[in-house]
Amino acid sequence: MAQGYRSRLFRDDGVVLRVQRLGESDRIITLLTRRTGRIRAVARGVRRTSSKFGARLEPFGHVELQIAEGRAGLHTVAQAEAVELYAGRITQDYPSYTAASAVAETAERLTPVESEPALRLFQLTLGALRALAVREHAPPLVLDAYFLRAMTTAGWAPALTECAVCATPGPHRAFSVPSGGSVCPACQPPGAARPAPATLGLMAALTSGDWKRADASDVGIRREASGLVAAHLQWHLERALRSLPLVDRTMKE
Amino acid sequence: MYEGAIQDLIDELGQLPGIGPKSAQRLAFHILSADPADVHRLAGALNRVKELVRFCNLCFNVAESDTCRICRDPRRGTEVICVVEEPKDVVAIEKTGEFRGRYHVLGGAINPLEGIGPDQLRVRELLTRLRDGEVKELILATDPNTEGEATATYLALLIKPMGLSVTRLASGLPVGGDLEYADEITLGRAFEGRRAL
Repeated sequence: MAQGYRSRLFRDDGVVLRVQRLGESDRIITLLTRRTGRIRAVARGVRRTSSKFGARLEPFGHVELQIAEGRAGLHTVAQAEAVELYAGRITQDYPSYTAASAVAETAERLTPVESEPALRLFQLTLGALRALAVREHAPPLVLDAYFLRAMTTAGWAPALTECAVCATPGPHRAFSVPSGGSVCPACQPPGAARPAPATLGLMAALTSGDWKRADASDVGIRREASGLVAAHLQWHLERALRSLPLVDRTMKE
Repeated sequence: MYEGAIQDLIDELGQLPGIGPKSAQRLAFHILSADPADVHRLAGALNRVKELVRFCNLCFNVAESDTCRICRDPRRGTEVICVVEEPKDVVAIEKTGEFRGRYHVLGGAINPLEGIGPDQLRVRELLTRLRDGEVKELILATDPNTEGEATATYLALLIKPMGLSVTRLASGLPVGGDLEYADEITLGRAFEGRRAL
């Protein structure tokens, strides 16, 4: 039977990454969905207090959606049900909010093509937002763990236990972002950083999910690891993350 | 494509937010067919708004002199400041007739995704206003969305150690709605803020 003027509807669940104002009372919602990857959809009337969507389409929420497929990649949200809304808890803690913003921006930047499934990144993003909401670990640690694992799914994981150039088993003292991670003395390019051995250990712990070790790390080591992780990520993204300079790493460690 | 002045007008109107090419064309032809006196009045209003309107030196609301009408009014209390995101929020609160203090317009909300942090807002100016000790209460009336809530959290963290009373506008169920359609956050807030009858 012909569908006529009716749009095709599909269902998916997703994480709200970004919202942008559109017209009088609408918003364009950018979502990372489980099956469809990153999509953009218009939520009509969402800014009105009487909107049926309420706070369900606020950033950082995990929602079940019914979407009307639109032209030129811009869909329309037909229905939204909350699975878990993290914004309320995340915004009560400023460092968590800034970290969650950086998570959302990274997820968006790592999915440059719309409607291309990215299940592993979806699960990572959801996990990071949940971790920030429940405040199990310090927000900067959760953010760095997310960056490292997201880079791993993108194929850019920094080499931490072997030389990034010749694969000689480490640990090595030098770290070079352009080379791809820790480098042996023979491959070390000029200008390579020389982080503390514990810094590379923390990065390895964050990548593998060794939270006992990560939580026990001291503030100086965390700062050094954050610097290397951010430099490594932005090198591969080729353009700086806007949210990264605003991540609050000072108030709570 | 039209010639000369009419196309220029369509192009200029098309720069306005929410105005697409079709709407710009419709507005341009409406202006073309309108009474010349009406068009002169519109042109005069556009010129005057850029010439006369500036930001109040104290609260950063829109004003036509160094300070706005509210900051100049001696009947307005100086002990309570209501912090809002935009000048249009001042108008919305003024319409309620419930608030008799003064305002502070931040100029937006903290939104790292757009590169807007505390330094891009008028937070430093707010702290300067609070230093003289006259203000006893700060009402945080930023929008009840993610960015507005985070901005309120940030300001509360910054200002509470100064010994001021920091309050947040209540949020909950909209009047005229059905309970079953309320989302989890709004309903949760309504429970938190329930009051005895």
